[in-house]
Amino acid sequence: MKVVNRILLSIALILSNFISNAQDANPNTVEMADVLHQNGKIYLVVLVLVTIFAGIIFLLVRIERKLNKLEKQKKEFDN
Amino acid sequence: MQPQFFMAKYWWKILCVLLLLYIFTAGILLPVPAIPKLNESARNLFYHVPMWYVMIVCFLCSAIYGLKYLRNNQVKNDVISREFVFVGIAFGCLGMLTGMEWANIAWGAPWSNDPKQVGAALCLLTYFAYIVLRNSVKDTDKQARLAAVYNVFAFALLVPLLFIIPAHFKSLHPGTDSKPFEALYTQAAAFRKLSIPAMFAWILLGVWIFNLRYRTKKLENPELFI
Repeated sequence: MKVVNRILLSIALILSNFISNAQDANPNTVEMADVLHQNGKIYLVVLVLVTIFAGIIFLLVRIERKLNKLEKQKKEFDN
Repeated sequence: MQPQFFMAKYWWKILCVLLLLYIFTAGILLPVPAIPKLNESARNLFYHVPMWYVMIVCFLCSAIYGLKYLRNNQVKNDVISREFVFVGIAFGCLGMLTGMEWANIAWGAPWSNDPKQVGAALCLLTYFAYIVLRNSVKDTDKQARLAAVYNVFAFALLVPLLFIIPAHFKSLHPGTDSKPFEALYTQAAAFRKLSIPAMFAWILLGVWIFNLRYRTKKLENPELFI
């Protein structure tokens, strides 16, 4: 599990970089959860892109797992 | 499954997902140099251009496995060669479509007979002909042999069509006058820290899709892979 932890930590570090960038943009205003409404709502587009991307990866991973299962079954069958 | 084994098998797929995630978020949010007429559409550099990289890598692998088939006559190599062509064509079509969408806005028309557009279209047509040629031969041994020979010639045609000929004409595409790879190292640093990861991310995605197709074929016809 050590490796998985390391990956999670690196993802968290990458994400924290973006969050700190977003905070630097408006230092004088009150901090609100309005990130999706900023800069001509470009963050909304990013959200949509990431959602679509997550969907595609979800599909690929599903196929991957199905293939793994079939490959394993076949191996057992051959033995 | 052991974590070590999991990582050994899946590290490049995880890397692909992480890199693509970076491209989809940072590619939109990080600032890019302001270039007249291009404006924010310069960000297409991280989405449209890598489609062609994936296509070229797929066709290169396909040609290599075609040669391998001609050398040792293993049907396995022919299957790999064919699957790479399918993935390459899929990404090539995406590159063509996104290119036309971009050209429609940036150059005023989806098709303006730009040397690179024509070269890419001819290249795709060559590979469509590959599929037609394959399917027109019934005998499997002959089919594989003919396809492999055609494949090598098709890749030999791809190089002048995409790199050499466009470099000798005035093009609407940037970085094509005289030096085909100039764009890669003269790019602004702000572009480069996204365009280079984007190249690897999309190529890994292409290889992943190939990997799924290949394993499906292996399950369907295990006798070809002994």
